[in-house]
Amino acid sequence: MNTKKLGAGLAAVALVAGLAACSSGGTTTPGDTTGQKLTMLIGSSGDAETNAVQAAADAWAKTSGNTVEVVAASDLTQQLSQGFAGGTPPDIFYMGWDQFGTYAQNKYLDAYAKDLPNAGDFYKSLKDTFTYKGTFTCAPKDFSTLGLIINTDMWKAAGLTDADYPKDWAELESVAKKLTTDKVAGLSFGLEYARVGVFMNQAGGSLVSADGKTVTADTPENLAGLKEIQKLHDDGVLKFPSEIDSGWSGEALGKGAAAMVIEGPWIKGIKGDFPDTHYQAVELPAGPGGKSTFTFTNCWGIPAGSKTAAAAVDLVKFLTSDEQQLKFADAFGVIPSTESAAKQYATKFPENASFVTSNDYAVSPVNFAGSATVISDFNAQLAKLIGGDAKAILASLQTTLQAALDEANSK
Amino acid sequence: MAKGIRGGEASRGWLFISPALIIIGLFLVLPILLALWVSFSDWNGLGSPLSGNTSFVGTKNYEKLLVDPGLAQRDFGTSIRNNFYYVILVVPLQTALALFLAVQVNRRILKARGFFRTAFYFPSVTSSIAITGIFIFLFSASGAINALLGWLGINGPNWLADPSGVIHNFLKLFGVNAAPAALAVSGPLGISWWEWLAGPSVAMCMLIALAVFTTSGTFMLIFLAGLQSIGAEIDEAALMDGTGPFRKFFSITLPMLKPTLFTVITLGLIGTWQLFDQIYLTGGGAPGKTLLTPAYLSYQTSFKGLNWGEGAAMAFLLFLLIVALTLLQRYVLRDRRKGDRLDKTMRREIATQAAIAKGKSI
Repeated sequence: MNTKKLGAGLAAVALVAGLAACSSGGTTTPGDTTGQKLTMLIGSSGDAETNAVQAAADAWAKTSGNTVEVVAASDLTQQLSQGFAGGTPPDIFYMGWDQFGTYAQNKYLDAYAKDLPNAGDFYKSLKDTFTYKGTFTCAPKDFSTLGLIINTDMWKAAGLTDADYPKDWAELESVAKKLTTDKVAGLSFGLEYARVGVFMNQAGGSLVSADGKTVTADTPENLAGLKEIQKLHDDGVLKFPSEIDSGWSGEALGKGAAAMVIEGPWIKGIKGDFPDTHYQAVELPAGPGGKSTFTFTNCWGIPAGSKTAAAAVDLVKFLTSDEQQLKFADAFGVIPSTESAAKQYATKFPENASFVTSNDYAVSPVNFAGSATVISDFNAQLAKLIGGDAKAILASLQTTLQAALDEANSK
Repeated sequence: MAKGIRGGEASRGWLFISPALIIIGLFLVLPILLALWVSFSDWNGLGSPLSGNTSFVGTKNYEKLLVDPGLAQRDFGTSIRNNFYYVILVVPLQTALALFLAVQVNRRILKARGFFRTAFYFPSVTSSIAITGIFIFLFSASGAINALLGWLGINGPNWLADPSGVIHNFLKLFGVNAAPAALAVSGPLGISWWEWLAGPSVAMCMLIALAVFTTSGTFMLIFLAGLQSIGAEIDEAALMDGTGPFRKFFSITLPMLKPTLFTVITLGLIGTWQLFDQIYLTGGGAPGKTLLTPAYLSYQTSFKGLNWGEGAAMAFLLFLLIVALTLLQRYVLRDRRKGDRLDKTMRREIATQAAIAKGKSI
């Protein structure tokens, strides 16, 4: 009897202590813009980026009387989830376009961007990406669009000139044919929505209707996009990276296994491994529905209910200024998110000018809350595209994406 | 009852074990209870799951995985199928290989036993991340494995990018390319019977080889310990009775290793159902979701999709599955009532002897 009581008592104490430890933390009100200690969590591409961001943060901290600690995450999504679950999210962080919808729907984010003085300077496509239920939520920090990256040595060897850059699908097919040899694939890109979707959009397709209520995946336009990819592959001019022994198409371009790839400005990262590969980025060819490309972007996220929000917003103002964005561009090659700074960037880095130009008509990939699982299912199904039934893949996407969209809209 | 010199012993006992109790309670029991609560709630990962903005949703998360037709159910079904084929191939293979290796390195005539023991155990102490990395290189389209197959005149598959199931591929040899009508219908968890019978994908075969390679060393060590507890006198007795090496292995070594075998299979079952590291490294389920496992799916649903309730529900379903399979395994490997059978044999023997003694022929 005695022991039972004691045991129960001990268990109760442990339980209460544990629960108390778990439920600490709560909401606080926004505070001062000086004397704050901010933590910034970034998904860094390398030392160059981390150092540049730290330098910029330090410059702001010095003039504003705060301190900022920049932490480069090893797995940004996971570390953010941990921070939010533990009640200690970073004061400011990189928020990827793909996770934005999910975060916004779950009320993770402070919708500060609509009140920024430079809110009107950003590209509309980028603002649309970070708008949740009509509210421009967080400020885009940079963007990347997809372009056609061409190995210039192979281009010249095939007898092609600057005038031959493909303007439409027919020209793409013909140059890809000319560039294809026994050892080189004319064209290569990863078989995933983030590349395949571009073809669907170029054919005039889309995944979600303009009012955001209906999924429009199973349409003749999208089918035409997938059919074009099947055709290129059947002709033997398109090879996916895994077919030519590469982890991604940039690697295929670097080692000369592919003459053209569809990638973004991050292609410059292959310089380290393949310094002797010369390439040129041009706009993607137009399809029957006109020009189209994807734009990928990050924003500066600030957690909802953060007590350092005022200081963090001030930091965002500083970081998204044209001057600071151009510094970042110099340091690690990202394209500024404001139109004026991007124009300056394009003149300064002419090799990347096509990425800036194409952002005028670029669209963001689907990113509403819960769409990520559907898109990864679509990616898995795309593995069966070659020699498979493109219509069935789209029909399956239509059902699953509509279910996810209905659920997202119901919240 | 008067308290003597031994009075209060029990309470002191509790006092002495309280540090362990508190640690286990705080870091094991409480998190499990919390996860159980999360699996019945709509917690979205914002703040504490015990705070006001989380509500009880009943078995909704479980229904989504088990009953409601949709992507969540299909993904869960796919992950169970993938992991099932992994377990059913890895556990027997690694157990058999481990036992074989243990018997070999336990032989007294083997020279440099220490070297072989270390060599076989080596893959087990290497980090799974490093070894998976090496395997990815070995199994790449133009990697060492395919070069080896090339010498034998076999055109190796593009291992890690091949989502086709091996049973499907085998059936293709006989011209069965699509699901027969009987199998095209939807089976459990929203997956057609044809898909259930796909077998492990070619990519999964690589992970199976990897698991057998890395874990058989650990289990070899456990078997070796078991083998060494079988006394030399039993071996000698068997030798005197004239058993050959095979008879000795199956009639003496294996039965005496049964408790060890039980441990090894249990550990194997639990470990293989929790496949995560390799999936994380090979692209989170790619190709074609054929590497998706419940453990990885649970992580993805929680951390990426912020559906913590669904992720926790998945973890508990996996837990129940593992418990059920362990119980089944216990039942299969239980000690049968050998006494009865022995008695019968013995009685027959006695009867025979008696008959011989009476001079009758049998």
